[in-house]
Amino acid sequence: MTTLDQSTARSTTSGRKAKGQRHSIERAQGRMGTAFVSLYTLFLLAFGVLPALYAIYLAFTKKGAFVGIDNFLKVFKDYRFWPAVEHVGIFLVVWLIMLVILVVLLSLLVHSIGIRWLSTGTRFLFYIPGALAGASSVMLWLFVLDPTVSPVGFLLRAFGSTSLVDAVQVDRLPFVLAVIAFWTGAGGWIVVMYGALNNIPKDVIEAARVDGARPIRIAWSIQIPLMRKWIAYMVIMSFAGGTQLFVEPRVLSQASRGVVGQDYSLNQLAFLYAFKQSDFNGSAAISLMLLAVALGLSVYFVFKGGLFERV
Amino acid sequence: MNLLRTTVALSAIFAAGAAFAQDATGITVWADANRQPAVEAFIAAHPEVPVNLVVDDGSSGASGTFQTKISLADQAGEGWPDVVFSTQNNDAAWATKETNGVQAFAQVLNEGFLGEEFLKGFTPGALDPVTVDGKVYGLRNDLAPVLFWYNKTLLDGFGYAAPTTWEEYQALGDKLAADHKGYFLGGIGDAFEGPYIYYWSGQAPIFQLEGDAFKSNTTDANSVKVSNLIDHMVANKSLTLDSVFGASFVATAANLVAIPGPAWYAGALFQNPGGVNAKAGDWVAAPPLHWKDGEKVTGNVGGGVWYASSHSANPEAIKTFLQFIVSDPKVAGTGGLPAYQAAADAWLDGQVASGFYAGDFKAAINTAASSVWNGWGYPNFSPETAWAKIITPGLVAGKTMKDLSADWQQEMKNEAQVVGYTVE
Repeated sequence: MTTLDQSTARSTTSGRKAKGQRHSIERAQGRMGTAFVSLYTLFLLAFGVLPALYAIYLAFTKKGAFVGIDNFLKVFKDYRFWPAVEHVGIFLVVWLIMLVILVVLLSLLVHSIGIRWLSTGTRFLFYIPGALAGASSVMLWLFVLDPTVSPVGFLLRAFGSTSLVDAVQVDRLPFVLAVIAFWTGAGGWIVVMYGALNNIPKDVIEAARVDGARPIRIAWSIQIPLMRKWIAYMVIMSFAGGTQLFVEPRVLSQASRGVVGQDYSLNQLAFLYAFKQSDFNGSAAISLMLLAVALGLSVYFVFKGGLFERV
Repeated sequence: MNLLRTTVALSAIFAAGAAFAQDATGITVWADANRQPAVEAFIAAHPEVPVNLVVDDGSSGASGTFQTKISLADQAGEGWPDVVFSTQNNDAAWATKETNGVQAFAQVLNEGFLGEEFLKGFTPGALDPVTVDGKVYGLRNDLAPVLFWYNKTLLDGFGYAAPTTWEEYQALGDKLAADHKGYFLGGIGDAFEGPYIYYWSGQAPIFQLEGDAFKSNTTDANSVKVSNLIDHMVANKSLTLDSVFGASFVATAANLVAIPGPAWYAGALFQNPGGVNAKAGDWVAAPPLHWKDGEKVTGNVGGGVWYASSHSANPEAIKTFLQFIVSDPKVAGTGGLPAYQAAADAWLDGQVASGFYAGDFKAAINTAASSVWNGWGYPNFSPETAWAKIITPGLVAGKTMKDLSADWQQEMKNEAQVVGYTVE
């Protein structure tokens, strides 16, 4: 009875009181939000910002004394640096182009499938490889890439590879790594893009259809422009991850008996600096360069993709 | 993100290691899986010394695991193990030096740490790779001189004599190529065979150290002879480009007529069901090959080393462990030729008694062990990385040692420079 009384009382309260209640809900939500964000911020500080500051300190010092850009100059002169830049650069170009084109295409296709179970099933299939950790998916690819045991050995032989060593020759490696990365990461992005496509109001598509637009025209003029932010987001995240190429060439290096060098990527070089040459300062310099490049390009894509624009 | 995963995994390993290292009675040991039975034998024999065994890759293939993990511990100021096993024998180059203000990792093992009497028990020369300025920094687990192994049954069947020189070895390859297609004389698909078995044994000065100066000369007369030998035998297919531990090598192992290789091929290759899986009595371990007009020297492929930590809180336990692991007749050598003389004698007698190998096994091993060419250096990097980067893919792509030698030499010199050696 009391409950009923109270609720009746509440429903008949004045507008002023209702407004106050809304405020208190917003405050509660705000508090919750702060709680969630603060935990993240704490981790960001501990594992992101502080190590980055430490890296900046290391990059400009040697044995605790300020040395300006000496560490950077030393890295630039290293015979392994520019080849590593080239390796990572080619990989990124191949991979990002492949990612943008194929992910957009595949998500549009999956989205256009009318049969519910088929659409769900396809998304699930795409997503499975993404559930594997980087190193374990490379292990799987070791078998795929070795013509003597590969289920697609005929394909490898058609490209002229008769052994694993041959399949991972340095000039083929950017493509091999891009395929591995695409296979691992694309599924997750297809699911994200699918969500983005669902967000496009149905009436917009209806209107276009009434005006006589065919599916390709709808995709090109409506869906893709409305997915712009998501594509930019994908490029930023993938670019940042791609510049940090490490596990894939490292595992391939051990499996290919060293044919894939231990100094293939920039991150591997930073690793060698720190742990082979005990030069943490040089290592920090490489990391800082990676950070600067990734940050610069991210800013470009954020503004180009309108990521921070309010709708 | 991948780096993050690696970092997290590494930190977890370190946290575990560090927690144990603070235990005052026990010791933490890093070793590879091949050493695990020996460490377990120690645990059974010495229950009073608790051992925390961390299994890693033993830095095989010059992976650098040992140095990587010690660098992290140095940077963190904690987490050092008490004993480390490494399959490489050039770790003394860095482990004996102070790094970024942290004391050298390796404990000096002579000068009072271990008894002189005990240290004298090693085969003469066994501790050379780990001795710097008279200080011994590690104990050799096994010796790995290169011998010449051949299949007596096959050779007798073909009516050929076993070669004793590199020239005869090459000539045998020609005969096989002409009359017995598919039969072959070894492989150079791994990064260790080229440098250690062919160039080192062939007395080629491609990996030398004089003080802080690194030298490599692929145009020296002996270097060119080895390069020509490899090119000739790869061309007529008497040398395969497969890894001796790979699936395709094992599949054709019945056609392997002979192979130069280290003493540990005995267990790792011939008596290994996953390797050549030889029949008892077929194979002979013969003294190493040499040039017809050259010195009777040979190469060496590894032969692991045990190191003790200079940071350890428990040196007494370390002493007990090290003495057991290198000299106990049952476990010393961990399947190969023990570096400790008394254990080596026992191992050789056991091999002879088993009758697995035809010929004078003991004499061949002893000849090889005492004739390792001392012109090879032990700098802080391995010739294997440059070989794997330049030569392995080059040969697979159809190039020859003649084409690749200059690049290979340059790569080794570059590596030397990066880790701080002067290069001519």
